[in-house]
Amino acid sequence: MRPAAVVGTGQTHHAAKRLDVSMAGLCREAIDRAMADAGVDWPDIDAVVLGKAPDLFEGVMMPELFLADALGAVGKPLLRVHTAGSVGGSTGNVAASLVQSGVHDRVLAVAFEKQSESNAMWALSVPTPFTMPVHAGAGGYFAPHVRAYIRRAAAPEHVGAMVAAKDRRNGALNPYAHLKQPDITVESVRASTMLWDPIRYDETCPSSDGACAVVISAEPTSGRAAWIRATAMRTEPTTFAGRDQVNPQAGRDAARALWKQAGITDPLSEVDAAEIYVPFSWFEPMWLENLGFTDIGQGWKLTEAGETEIGGRLPVNPSGGVLSSNPIGASGLLRFAEAAMQVMGTAGEHQVDGARVALGHAYGGGSQFFAMWVVGQEKP
Amino acid sequence: MGFDYTRSLGPTLGRFLTDLRRRKVTGIRGSDGRVHVPPLEYDPVTAERLSEFVDVASTGVVRGWSWIPEPLEAQPLDRPFAWALIQLDGADTSLLHAVDAGSPDRMSTGARVRVRWRAERVGAITDIECFELSDEPSADPVEADEVTMVTTPVHLHYTHSASPTEDPFLRGLMEGRLIAQRCPECSKVYFPPRPACPTDGVPTTDRIELSDRGTVTTFCVVNVPFLGQRIPPPYVSAYVLLDGADIPFLHLLLGVAPEDVRMGMRVEAVWKPREEWGPTMQNIDHFKPSGEPDAPFDSYSQHL
Amino acid sequence: MRDIAVVGFAQTPCVRETDGTTNGVEMLVPIFHEVLGGLGLTKSDIGFWCSGSSDYLAGRAFSFVSAVDAIGAFPPIMESHVEMDAAWALYEAWVKLLCGEVDTALVYGFGKSSAGQLRRVMAMQLDPYVVTPLWPDSLGLAGIQARMGIEAGLWDERQMASVAARSRAAAVSNPLAQLSGSVEVSDLLATPYVVDPLRRHDCAPITDGAATIVLAAGDRARELCERPAWITGFEHRVDSPSFGARDLLGCASAVAAGKAAGAGGVEVAELHAPFTHQEIMLRQALGLGDDVVVNPSGGVLAGNPMFAAGLARIGEAARRVHDGSASKVLGHATSGPLLQQNLVCVMEGRE
Ligand SMILES: [Zn+2]
Repeated sequence: MRPAAVVGTGQTHHAAKRLDVSMAGLCREAIDRAMADAGVDWPDIDAVVLGKAPDLFEGVMMPELFLADALGAVGKPLLRVHTAGSVGGSTGNVAASLVQSGVHDRVLAVAFEKQSESNAMWALSVPTPFTMPVHAGAGGYFAPHVRAYIRRAAAPEHVGAMVAAKDRRNGALNPYAHLKQPDITVESVRASTMLWDPIRYDETCPSSDGACAVVISAEPTSGRAAWIRATAMRTEPTTFAGRDQVNPQAGRDAARALWKQAGITDPLSEVDAAEIYVPFSWFEPMWLENLGFTDIGQGWKLTEAGETEIGGRLPVNPSGGVLSSNPIGASGLLRFAEAAMQVMGTAGEHQVDGARVALGHAYGGGSQFFAMWVVGQEKP
Repeated sequence: MGFDYTRSLGPTLGRFLTDLRRRKVTGIRGSDGRVHVPPLEYDPVTAERLSEFVDVASTGVVRGWSWIPEPLEAQPLDRPFAWALIQLDGADTSLLHAVDAGSPDRMSTGARVRVRWRAERVGAITDIECFELSDEPSADPVEADEVTMVTTPVHLHYTHSASPTEDPFLRGLMEGRLIAQRCPECSKVYFPPRPACPTDGVPTTDRIELSDRGTVTTFCVVNVPFLGQRIPPPYVSAYVLLDGADIPFLHLLLGVAPEDVRMGMRVEAVWKPREEWGPTMQNIDHFKPSGEPDAPFDSYSQHL
Repeated sequence: MRDIAVVGFAQTPCVRETDGTTNGVEMLVPIFHEVLGGLGLTKSDIGFWCSGSSDYLAGRAFSFVSAVDAIGAFPPIMESHVEMDAAWALYEAWVKLLCGEVDTALVYGFGKSSAGQLRRVMAMQLDPYVVTPLWPDSLGLAGIQARMGIEAGLWDERQMASVAARSRAAAVSNPLAQLSGSVEVSDLLATPYVVDPLRRHDCAPITDGAATIVLAAGDRARELCERPAWITGFEHRVDSPSFGARDLLGCASAVAAGKAAGAGGVEVAELHAPFTHQEIMLRQALGLGDDVVVNPSGGVLAGNPMFAAGLARIGEAARRVHDGSASKVLGHATSGPLLQQNLVCVMEGRE
């Protein structure tokens, strides 16, 4: 497997409704930035990979087909990945494999979601026949598992609010973030409405329009490169008897494979920044444990000690993360791109000083699909 | 399955649809000099953003066509019509639309057509009601406000049939019985039954009947209203592990204040009146506390 | 690059309607058992899983998620999914094997077209701003393309009917086909138009079905299969979505994919042509001469399980290598309206 690197990243300004652009315009805003960042032009791109969550969100079946002109894909190979919420991460991994395999030299990975075209709650809650319609969208699905985590880890109730306050403050440092709340506090989060008890309003991700693009190349095209040191994807069924929904084995297995491939034996010491898919605040401590940054039941202690802040031992979501911007299909690729930006030193105000190794993480479905990568300054 | 999608148009499509509302057709010049109608946002050859708008006529010529003897739902005409690729005068590429020709005998490639404008125009491709066979110009442009959005209703019809595994389960529900299935390989009991055991990938063929009592493993209180919601909030959405089952399922929990619901709470089903039963889990209206002592954490901790 | 081969293939019968769910589990369980059993493998021997399917076909979001139940995916598996015909899932799996991380992959696709009204569902693939709101149906669009070819002198209705007759005759030897039998071209031409100039026989039937392929690399392939179908060229391309901007009769993406994959010299080609005229177009685009046996399975005119049919073409082509009846074969898949996107997989047997 030959080395591949992220050589350019781009993203849109994320917002609840990007009513100034079409879907094509939204994608191109991210693509044009990524290609400019990489210093490449259309003839330099060998293939395009598009990732997006369910087609029902935008009401277009396989939208990559009508977007082929805008994606610069005409006459080229075009793949469409869909692995639920983890799709942005899978898109990065599939694009990386196209270069690592030697099939292509330079690949453009794009992910987008234009949630304002419909209503995500509606698309997720389309009643499937013969079932009981008590779900309340993604929050209603995940809240019971958050409750189970709090009970199992005996975590104090304010930890979720701490994550939310940190991520929103980080988002205020990110010019592209949907939510920028520099003045948010743990107290204000705790005072916000309880939506899906135990999840409060300020602890949930927004619904955003947005896109992200990265250029992945076998050789640097500009001065900067974030070398892909490892990728991993794992899946398990949504539900099965005895499934651990708080700490799913698919996530643990993916992380173990990832660290091994990257040659990392102590993730907490060796990783300088982590962009982890945290759509509800409590998922930060849950995934810290699942990823092996801490022992089981200890993740919340890292958060509570302030170690996941920028400047802490393991800055988590310096970009503001999914809690600050959530164009669902793009959210995973944003994590992957933000990890690369940390390593390339292009993260601006939310740059983690001296970041040399970073994690990008995404999950989807009922915490059953996981996609991750580790990027670093050193060529493997 | 139906939804009205609200699409923002951006500058290129916004211009095109605004002009349609004004009874004007606008194209755009591509990198190779061709004038595209409808205007393309990005060039199919170079992928560059296009910006040079070109006015074209509302008359043109048929470049290809097919005949629809029985129109489908939501198509432009409800009587037999032609789909056609139409090259408008002044354009180099063709637009797809319907031609109200009356009979296939009157259609031909090379036929001259003109736009039949809809009386009430909103800024949508359907502002062109259809094309008609004519060599005369269409009605003159008029003033109209700019459009930046278009609403696209999508209504599709699907039949979701009950699968063979669902069938005994649903027939059981009709009789007020809860029929689960046991996996022949791992012996786990699934309720509702699944077409295949998710850990073994084999059909779960062994049927067993469960009681309608169980334990709340975990839950959330839904306080948020949302589109399509069937039950007004606040309500408790709880995972119920029926006695004898190996997997909990989500259902509604009533008969207790949300703040008093606990993990481990023992509950029983409250059925709807028998005359309202159908092949659905909704025959159980909700669960309510059974009054038994809470189950110990260890008894359900493997189901979280 | 590593040598990678198709070593196993299975598919369900092509039927007008199954009684299973739209997530495909009931169709997938038996073919997983068939393909793995035939190779002496179990699920734990598979290094990577990849599938292709469509939520709009299924009429529900995340339809592929429940399909994973058919695998028995615990302990967790390395897995991915494309919202495309599973032929593109095979491509993703091929790339994964080329990376060298795993040696085997199982790819599957499924589609229950009977759940919805396919002609209308496919309108959702068109430009959502200026085309879909008119609800152009798939037959209406294909009819335009067919007539343009007729008027350009590229084919005529008799040649189109001949394609259908040959397909059904070939399908007689395919026990899984939905349509088969001996029909006279003149009888076909005597039937009415469904969408002028298309008659019923010019259009692929509506089919429920699923298909699966197992890939293996190098020595693993040789262990598993006496005569592996080694992939020597695997390419795909897409054309512009604009019906006006692209040459609807030229099929540039198929021409480019065929050339890049090295389609020359194949003995058998399985073409994913949902309309009779499209088979003629694809023969031309891929440069297949009269000596090439096209669609010995009957092709999709004999059974068209959406999102599995392209994968099944590659499986059917590989089968001719497995059984020794051919040494160089081609499987083709298409996606999007009017052959917008095309994939070509060239495979060879080696002595
Ligand atoms: Zn089992």
